Amino acid sequence: MHIGLANYLFVAAILFTIGVLGIFLNRKNVIIILMSIELILLAVNINFVAFSAYLGDLVGQIFALFILTVAAAEAAIGLAVLVVYFRNRGTIAVETVNLMKG
Amino acid sequence: MLTAIAFYVFSTVLIAAALMVIASRNPVHSVLFLILAFFNAAALFVLLGAEFLAMILVVVYVGAVAVLFLFVVMMLDIDFSEMKKGSLRYLPVGGAVGAILAIELTFVSFNFLGGRAQSNLPHATLAHLTNTEAIGRVLYTDYIYYFQTAGLILLVAMIGAIVLTLRHREGVRRQNIGRQNARRPAMAVEMIDVQPGQGG
Repeated sequence: MHIGLANYLFVAAILFTIGVLGIFLNRKNVIIILMSIELILLAVNINFVAFSAYLGDLVGQIFALFILTVAAAEAAIGLAVLVVYFRNRGTIAVETVNLMKG
Repeated sequence: MLTAIAFYVFSTVLIAAALMVIASRNPVHSVLFLILAFFNAAALFVLLGAEFLAMILVVVYVGAVAVLFLFVVMMLDIDFSEMKKGSLRYLPVGGAVGAILAIELTFVSFNFLGGRAQSNLPHATLAHLTNTEAIGRVLYTDYIYYFQTAGLILLVAMIGAIVLTLRHREGVRRQNIGRQNARRPAMAVEMIDVQPGQGG
């Protein structure tokens, strides 16, 4: 058996699809949506690292590191917003987020 | 051969855990499956020769982000069974979008790989360096500004999260350090000359 770039790309594609599917299926629960976003970013990271190994170039890993940073910041801010929203409304259902009449 | 077995085991568990993240009824279980997914992704990174990134993934995601998720899930008092109702309503749309996306991504990867010899995925690290050392040599020289910007982003996120969740409740006694330091004996002690027979 030979494990090449295609295998890693395939795994990352499936992971990305699962993340998108999670956003579609859990329309009410913001926490699951945030976790789905983390899954999507993880899939992107797997792609970056796989290409980094395939091309023999470390820059892919550097960018994966930056994506990790942004993902951590996004999770912290997202959860903070979620806590504030729950304090004000008593629910975290996405469908009721219409305070700004958007 | 051993690498292939490890790859298939880790990627299978990774995909199964990711499925359980979005399918689980209990969000606490979702977070725990997310942790499992991150561990398996870290193992895949090790297989790819990115040991430093694998360890950072474990430290940052499992140690910080997943624990943050757990805190929030357990802190908020939400009826999650109510939320799960009607979620299958979006299955046709979500399934269609997911299938299209998966097919497209597969096409793109195989189109990219078409006609190219499958490389054996050589490690990106030079032979005489460890992965961490090699990343440090690139990160702290060519990408130093990006590195500083990443630090700035984290600082902004930290301040933002604190500002968002901070609230001053009424009726809580707080220490006022400025007032304490400005206090002088003349202000603190008040001498009262009590007349005989008038006191108490």
